[in-house]
Amino acid sequence: MHEASAAEALVKMVSAEAQARNAARVSRILLVVGESTGYMRESLEFYFAASAKGGLAEGALLDIRYVKPLVRCPSCGLEFERKRFTFDCPVCGEQGIMTSIGGEFYVDSIEIEESA
Amino acid sequence: MRVELKRAIYAENDAQASEIHEGLRARSIFTVNVLGSPGAGKTSLITRLAERLGADAPLAVIEGDVASDIDTRALRALGIDAYQIETGGDCHLNAPMIKAILSRMKMDDGSWLFIENIGNLICPAEFVIGEDLKIVVASVAEGSDKPYKYPAAFARSAAVVLTKPDLAEAVGFDEGFFRSGLASVAPKAPIFPLNGKTGEGAEPLAAWLREARHSA
Repeated sequence: MHEASAAEALVKMVSAEAQARNAARVSRILLVVGESTGYMRESLEFYFAASAKGGLAEGALLDIRYVKPLVRCPSCGLEFERKRFTFDCPVCGEQGIMTSIGGEFYVDSIEIEESA
Repeated sequence: MRVELKRAIYAENDAQASEIHEGLRARSIFTVNVLGSPGAGKTSLITRLAERLGADAPLAVIEGDVASDIDTRALRALGIDAYQIETGGDCHLNAPMIKAILSRMKMDDGSWLFIENIGNLICPAEFVIGEDLKIVVASVAEGSDKPYKYPAAFARSAAVVLTKPDLAEAVGFDEGFFRSGLASVAPKAPIFPLNGKTGEGAEPLAAWLREARHSA
């Protein structure tokens, strides 16, 4: 459910872009997803295929690049991936603070095929 | 042909949310988006705040639910001006839904507006809907690991309300672990314990909201 409206917004965005450029179809989409957003690959793919049906984005390759959330140590400055249920710095043990890295959810680029 | 977009998936929602926010600000309406799991105590919290903040200024509530208008009827029974959005399955409120309901609400300038989001700690965190700030409600019964499991909902909230504190012992709530998680995901967010049943703890939160409104 979470991914359904996301996939719908994605299809709408890339289709509008393709249409504005008079493209025949969208062949590839590079989607960047931070893991703290919780969007699952399988669900995104499933709802994307369903939303894209019959439009310019139908059959496009959905290339999803996941970004690991990074935590920053306020003491030594290290940026690290956290383990479950802890935010502690693996080097100095200080408690880290979440950064905005890992919250991404955007289309980096698309590939379109021009109309013959 | 490759086309660089670098465009947020919810760019359209965000643009509409900005418009909504500007419109509300122009009318001096202060808007709070309330997040939390089903049963966390969002409606009780709003009721407790309405008792206090409703004395300063008019107050309206938008209730988001997947189905039913139980909460809206309960609020109206208390004399609170409440409006219902039934999403029919959608797990969060978005800017177009708020825009639509605002067009049929009669709100006084200078009002408080509370928007109770769908009970869910995941997607409501991803959407701005025209609010001045988000607050997240978590009950001790949900467990002390919520900031670790749903960091986004906490990270995007300006304050955290910890409800049902009287159950803490019974459910084995580890407050130190909860606070430690929050210190990493939302280091600036104050934590307000609130007993929704008695109203205990509502006053400090109301005072904090008045201050937030004042400095907005």
